[in-house]
Amino acid sequence: MTVASLPAQEALNRYFLELRCKLLDIAAILDRIDRGGPAPADPRLEQVRQALRELTSTSSGRAERIQLIFSRPYDPNWERPSLPRRP
Amino acid sequence: MYYIDPHIHMVSRITDDYERLARCGCLAVSEPAFWAGFDRASAYGFLDYFRHLVEFEPKRAGQFGIRHFCWLCINAKEAENVSLAREVISLIPQFLDRPNVLGIGEIGLNKNTRNEAIVFLEQVDLAARYDELILIHTPHLEDKYMGTRMIIDMLRSDSRIRAERVLIDHVEEHTIRHALEGGYWCAMTLYPTTKCTPQRAADLIEMYGTERVLVNSAGDWGPSDPLAVPKFIQEMKRRGHSEEVIRRVVLENPLAFFRQSRRWSREWETSLNGQLLTSEVPRTEPALAQTRS
Repeated sequence: MTVASLPAQEALNRYFLELRCKLLDIAAILDRIDRGGPAPADPRLEQVRQALRELTSTSSGRAERIQLIFSRPYDPNWERPSLPRRP
Repeated sequence: MYYIDPHIHMVSRITDDYERLARCGCLAVSEPAFWAGFDRASAYGFLDYFRHLVEFEPKRAGQFGIRHFCWLCINAKEAENVSLAREVISLIPQFLDRPNVLGIGEIGLNKNTRNEAIVFLEQVDLAARYDELILIHTPHLEDKYMGTRMIIDMLRSDSRIRAERVLIDHVEEHTIRHALEGGYWCAMTLYPTTKCTPQRAADLIEMYGTERVLVNSAGDWGPSDPLAVPKFIQEMKRRGHSEEVIRRVVLENPLAFFRQSRRWSREWETSLNGQLLTSEVPRTEPALAQTRS
């Protein structure tokens, strides 16, 4: 069963305040980190910067791409264990 | 609207939560075996836990007119101890004839280690040998993508496993496509911070449709909301989605997946027929607990 999305203008109208609120939350958290002194050399901060760049992308699929920024990579050749033989 | 919460850990919730679920239209819950927040000292801890799931919890739910189903396994976190895990797996078959057991779950990976993979494969084997449905836990946060792909690799390596008898849980934007393209059922968990919000779950329904997709609260002992599924229903209504679409996700899809269990009884569904045909929850008090000790 396919499910239609809201028209773009309607989605913007309904979710604008939520969007604004969440952007302000992000800005406030980054300010909070800044107030604590120089930024630590923590790889999570670079992930956050990458995610913020992704937010400015104009192509759809941002949520999936941001999930992948915060994910460990998958190796298709990972070493699979074998099932022990049953007696 | 009537619904089923297909993943909720009621052993961690108070009896009042059953009453709140009933008031919101919850007809049934399904409870996978999971980590208790600490590692058990021995396999006997699991024996008591399984008895709790098949004996006590159905009675507690029944006091509020809610049907309780469950899944049995050793969870991925404690699976790191392979010898303990094998002892626990050997205890499971004695419970597989209990009427509220739907299958083996929630098995899966936690930190994607070799030991977790060994125990996962052995529990998939158990499910295959006993013709049981499988409910799968996918890892948290940064481990989810890798772990979900590894789980699908392992499922595909066992020719006895039919994708339509497996549900891959806790999918999000980066994993849902892999589960659905593999032919598996999948479920989105509505958690306050670490998984899907009701809004993002509604987005994924709009992007991927309703086929083989469920939503659940996974309410447990941590920050979680046992009424998350009604919040998803509200979000879908807010966007103007039809009752038919919402019912498919929150009621008909769980039933369609559960019906494949070899112990599934149509009697319960028949007894509910009036409720299943009526979308609105009547404004009456839920059955109250008869006894509390």
